[in-house]
Amino acid sequence: MKLVTGNDLVSGDVIWWTGSGWSRFIADAVEAGPDGEATGAREEAARRVNGPYVVEAADGPLGPVPLHIKERIRASGPTVRLDLGVQAEKQGIA
Amino acid sequence: MYKYDEYDQAMVDARVEEFRDQCNRRLSGEMTEDQFKPLRLMNGLYLQLHAYMLRVAVPYGTLDSRQMHMLAHIARKYDRGYGHFTTRQNLQYNWIKLDDAADILAELATVEMHAIQTSGNCIRNISADQYAGAAADEVADPRPYAELLRQWSTFHPEFLMLPRKFKIAVIGADEDRAAMKLHDIGLKLLKNAAGELGFEVYVGGGQGRTPMVAPLIRDFLPADELVSYLEACLRVYNRYGRRDNLYKARIKILVHEIGADEYRRQVEEEFLHVKTLALDPPAAELERIAAMFALPPLDPTAPAEIDRSDPDFALWLDQQVVDHKVPGHAIVTISLKPTGGIPGDASADQIDVMAKLAREFSHDELRVTHAQNIVLPHVRKADLYAIWTRLEESGLATPNLDLITDIIACPGLDYCALANARSIPLAQKITERFANLDRQRDLGEVKLKISGCINACGHHHAGHIGILGVDRKGEENYQLSFGGSGAEDASVGKIIGPGFSEDGIVDAVEKALETYRGIRIEGERFLDTYRRVGSDPFKAAIYEKASV
Repeated sequence: MKLVTGNDLVSGDVIWWTGSGWSRFIADAVEAGPDGEATGAREEAARRVNGPYVVEAADGPLGPVPLHIKERIRASGPTVRLDLGVQAEKQGIA
Repeated sequence: MYKYDEYDQAMVDARVEEFRDQCNRRLSGEMTEDQFKPLRLMNGLYLQLHAYMLRVAVPYGTLDSRQMHMLAHIARKYDRGYGHFTTRQNLQYNWIKLDDAADILAELATVEMHAIQTSGNCIRNISADQYAGAAADEVADPRPYAELLRQWSTFHPEFLMLPRKFKIAVIGADEDRAAMKLHDIGLKLLKNAAGELGFEVYVGGGQGRTPMVAPLIRDFLPADELVSYLEACLRVYNRYGRRDNLYKARIKILVHEIGADEYRRQVEEEFLHVKTLALDPPAAELERIAAMFALPPLDPTAPAEIDRSDPDFALWLDQQVVDHKVPGHAIVTISLKPTGGIPGDASADQIDVMAKLAREFSHDELRVTHAQNIVLPHVRKADLYAIWTRLEESGLATPNLDLITDIIACPGLDYCALANARSIPLAQKITERFANLDRQRDLGEVKLKISGCINACGHHHAGHIGILGVDRKGEENYQLSFGGSGAEDASVGKIIGPGFSEDGIVDAVEKALETYRGIRIEGERFLDTYRRVGSDPFKAAIYEKASV
């Protein structure tokens, strides 16, 4: 599957296209279909995302899982600081 | 330490307000990201993997306790309570918000700090020997010249858009503690037969995709002609450096392609012209700058004896402390490399502790080293035990300087948008594998450096043992190289063979070091043994049953 991702303009947070908006949680991401790049461009023009691009992902039990390690790290947080990033919020650390 | 004059402060304050306006225009939509990106980079603001990253300049690695406390304050107020000291003697914050960026720069400006020259194709923050002004082997303090070059290069209208970034290092001793020959320009202070002060000038070194040790371009440049000569060096590069190919744009490619002799000829020709422009400052100005780097009042009759009865203290003393040029005093290196830790990271509390120690015991001075440690340059030997006790309480007393666990590592794929592989987890695993201090000391000096991509921010080319992370079909893979050095015997490491998985690389490092133990001659470092015997014994041990 294809996801659209980018960074929030103000916070710089990694965000994922949900079909109607953006979420910091990849579990909320939806298949972007063939219009992913156009979606990204439209949203960037409206300053709702910074630097959007399309990534490949697979369906997982808890939602989409990016195929590339770089995107998996973006989706979670630093692997060496589990107390930081989205991963920490999920665990109630942050 | 250098203190801003009214012009310095006015320039930095004006820059903050200019950037505030640029940020506001970006946030309001007046500017696109393409328009904003070069502006934010000129102020040290990157967009990295998880958030904006701000790189704060620490000119020639020197700062005082007030500045260090400010770094801690910013970590707490605007970031996640820590900072990362880098291989360019700077500090990076990893979790910055765009609408805080100008406020952070404004706070930095109150303590004479900024983020200028930490990004972009300009002359970057100039680095120097971390023992400058304190080292017993020093001909002269390189920092007044580094400061002079800072003033010359900051906002230099000709050199704001060079073909590529440009890095300069200055040292004042035979021992190269700043990897000088691996810079675009490396400068070494020395005296000629007549006792006059000058520089050896090396041009065209660098790491990255095409690592090169800089050739000697001038064997003696009178110190008072430094600005003119560097102006000539940069002009030749600016004119002929390649702008058509990002990977061939550094000055090392130009010097390599036309040859050192031809580059030298062109520089000398330009130098004759530049000298007529009278760019070099009057002697009084250099003296004014140098006076701010005067040695603090140190008592040469201070007691030199140290009570070594505490064995843990004695271990730390042997590893982290060297003699100062003034009797009764010492230079302390604080390791930011605890076992299992993240090289170069320090919490806000630890940064505050180091600032307080500097104020109490080191005449209010600290240095950041290119190896991602912190130095207290001017301490009384009589105070060493008190310093160690405070460091120990704060998790800052790891006694591993220049040992296998004193690893340089870039942020890698855990933080960096350019990286192909993670660096930090390798450093953590290696420090855990070699946690036994007796074993580390038996192995002696081993400089292990890890980069998460070919840009080589982790200086892997200069590692006695270098590790480069690459992307192999979406998986992290690690290349191992031996024989690099960033010291006065500078050399570029050579890849030993096929790459390894994350666990395989740790095993390979261990096998290499065990091989070294088996074949070393007394007094040889790992690097010396490798240079003597070559790669064959190491290859045989590593690849015999390696988990490639």
